[in-house]
Amino acid sequence: MKPAALLRALFLVLAFGLASATSAKTAAAPKKEAPPADPNEACMMCHADASAKGAGGKSIGVDLAVFGKSVHGEMQIKCVDCHADVSADKLPHPEKLKPAACSNCHEDAVKHYTTTAHGKAVKDGKTAAATCHDCHGTHDIKRSKDPASMTNFVNIESTCGACHGNDKIVEQAHLPGGNIQAKYHDSIHNQLVEGKTAYNRAAPTCTSCHGTHNIQPKSEPDSRVARAHVPDTCGGCHQREKTVFDKGKHGQLRQAGNGAAPVCIDCHGAHTIKRASTAGWQNAVVGACGNCHDDKITSFRLTYHGKVTTLGPASVATCASCHGAHDVRPASDPLSTVNSANLLATCRNCHADAGPKLVSWDPHPQPKDRERSVVLYYTYIFMEILLAGVFLFFGLHTVLWAYRSFRNMAQRRQGGGH
Amino acid sequence: MPSSVTMPMGQAASRPQTAANRYYRRFGLFERVQHAGLMFSFIGCALSGLPLLFPYTGWAKTIAGFMGGFHGAALVHRVCATIMGVVFVIHILQFLWRGLATGTLLSVLWGPNSLMPQPKDIVDIWQHMKFFLGKGPRPHFDRYTYWEKFDYMAVFWGMFIIGGSGLLLWFAMPLSAWLPGWVFNIATLIHGEEALLAVGFIFTIHFFNGHVRPEKFPMDMVIFTGRISDHELREERPLEFERLKREGRLASIEATPPAPGAVMFGRIVGGTALVLGILTVILIIYGVVMR
Repeated sequence: MKPAALLRALFLVLAFGLASATSAKTAAAPKKEAPPADPNEACMMCHADASAKGAGGKSIGVDLAVFGKSVHGEMQIKCVDCHADVSADKLPHPEKLKPAACSNCHEDAVKHYTTTAHGKAVKDGKTAAATCHDCHGTHDIKRSKDPASMTNFVNIESTCGACHGNDKIVEQAHLPGGNIQAKYHDSIHNQLVEGKTAYNRAAPTCTSCHGTHNIQPKSEPDSRVARAHVPDTCGGCHQREKTVFDKGKHGQLRQAGNGAAPVCIDCHGAHTIKRASTAGWQNAVVGACGNCHDDKITSFRLTYHGKVTTLGPASVATCASCHGAHDVRPASDPLSTVNSANLLATCRNCHADAGPKLVSWDPHPQPKDRERSVVLYYTYIFMEILLAGVFLFFGLHTVLWAYRSFRNMAQRRQGGGH
Repeated sequence: MPSSVTMPMGQAASRPQTAANRYYRRFGLFERVQHAGLMFSFIGCALSGLPLLFPYTGWAKTIAGFMGGFHGAALVHRVCATIMGVVFVIHILQFLWRGLATGTLLSVLWGPNSLMPQPKDIVDIWQHMKFFLGKGPRPHFDRYTYWEKFDYMAVFWGMFIIGGSGLLLWFAMPLSAWLPGWVFNIATLIHGEEALLAVGFIFTIHFFNGHVRPEKFPMDMVIFTGRISDHELREERPLEFERLKREGRLASIEATPPAPGAVMFGRIVGGTALVLGILTVILIIYGVVMR
């Protein structure tokens, strides 16, 4: 049965190829004039009426015009090729039919699908999980390269978003990550997809990162979006960044199998990814660095750079300005931007007029650490004592004075004074 | 309540001078203008600088936003700092010029007319504290009390500390040709801490001592009108009163009662400063708690 179906499909593809090569338009025209040749005629006796309803009240109308424009219609696939449990000699068919048998032709696709997050969820009885028609449609299925196709890259966002952008479904089906479409929609990737920027042909949509018939949750080790694989997935487009990243400390940690090593999404985010050149984004990334380098952020916040970046969008130094972004290297590395041999050049990236003695400035001062800087430590102690002393003395002085003044006023009033 | 504040000034001005509405000149126009310049630039520096000390608070972002964001606040800060520096330089020059021209430089540095802390001030502090606790009479003050001297010396010291560190940070890059970088770490720490000290002190202690304490509530007008009432001079600065009387100089500094316009101006300007300052203190406390 199955090899036969495959052969038939192969034949149809070849036949269609030949037909469209000669003239697709003339091929469609004679079809109307020769209805008896239509293999779907028996089906359309009932299903041609758009208002026709089944026993359950559900519409059973099939728009042949729509089907005719679909990839299956163009290939002249018969209704019963998909609805394989219907037989032309036993009509009317039972009320309940099996789902359309995509695997009759698309055997490999379906086989792969059953191993995906969606396929497994369906197997586990989760009815909300996407099956073939949720992504590809039903009678209106088109080739992915057709801009009208649900699986064309311009429509992937709304196709996936039908579930992953629907708050009700997200909540009821406990879809991971919440409303992903809302997060993705304003991202730089989607702006590219929507043609708001150049190079949109290469723009990534959901499937570019997550895959299609191989979608796996990030918890699966071989998932395209598993932490260990994220740089490979992003590197599919961002090869240059990936090459640089692999040479940096973070990339090396990852290659050494350190599961905590930061990957692209830890700094850039996943679905919300923004253009890296905006000051607002650069300031916010400091927080991402702080997820691991907590103490470095605390000391950074004591500097002018750290204070201004906290206050709001402003183009002053953040972590990456000195340490680099994709190629962060330890200071001991001669290639590091914060290696003592390169420090002045790094400062001069922003401060062109920086003097050679500037390099002893501490970008991560720790006033409470005597070992790190004795002068800063004792200045800090002195200032703390000065402030505490002044406020304690005059605080007490003020409280006592207020007490005396109010006492005296009360006494004067009691004594009948003015 | 001091009569200078509650008395209807318009009527007082037209009446013959009696002890009740007799006034003396305490501050000249030049001193009052200096105080105004200091006041204006100080509040400007405080409002434009504090957002950077508490950048994580919502109010910091709001205030900086009012000034056109971080760059606007930086500009306001530098303009106000320059004004403050100019006031300070003028003050020193006036000091020297007046002292040298009249040959009284020594009396500016020492004696009852000097703002320099002197042994009597230590005694005064001790006696004043005893008075607060009801264990003695109020000490007799001269022209400048110890808390006024502290206010003055705090600003004087602050000018070098906060002004010096501010200039270091302002011109850090050209200076880094000669100065080691760690100096700017020290300058950042000192500038912020001294700012907290100055702002915290002026907006609480100075406001209380000079203005809102019950005897002066809500404000002492003397720094705006330049005039002190006969009653206040006798009560609060008996040594100065006696000295002036003894030296026969009382009549020469007698002044007309404060003009109603001057009082109104002082109330509006001073009142605004008072409200802004107290509000700032509340924001600082919020910022410290949220740290």
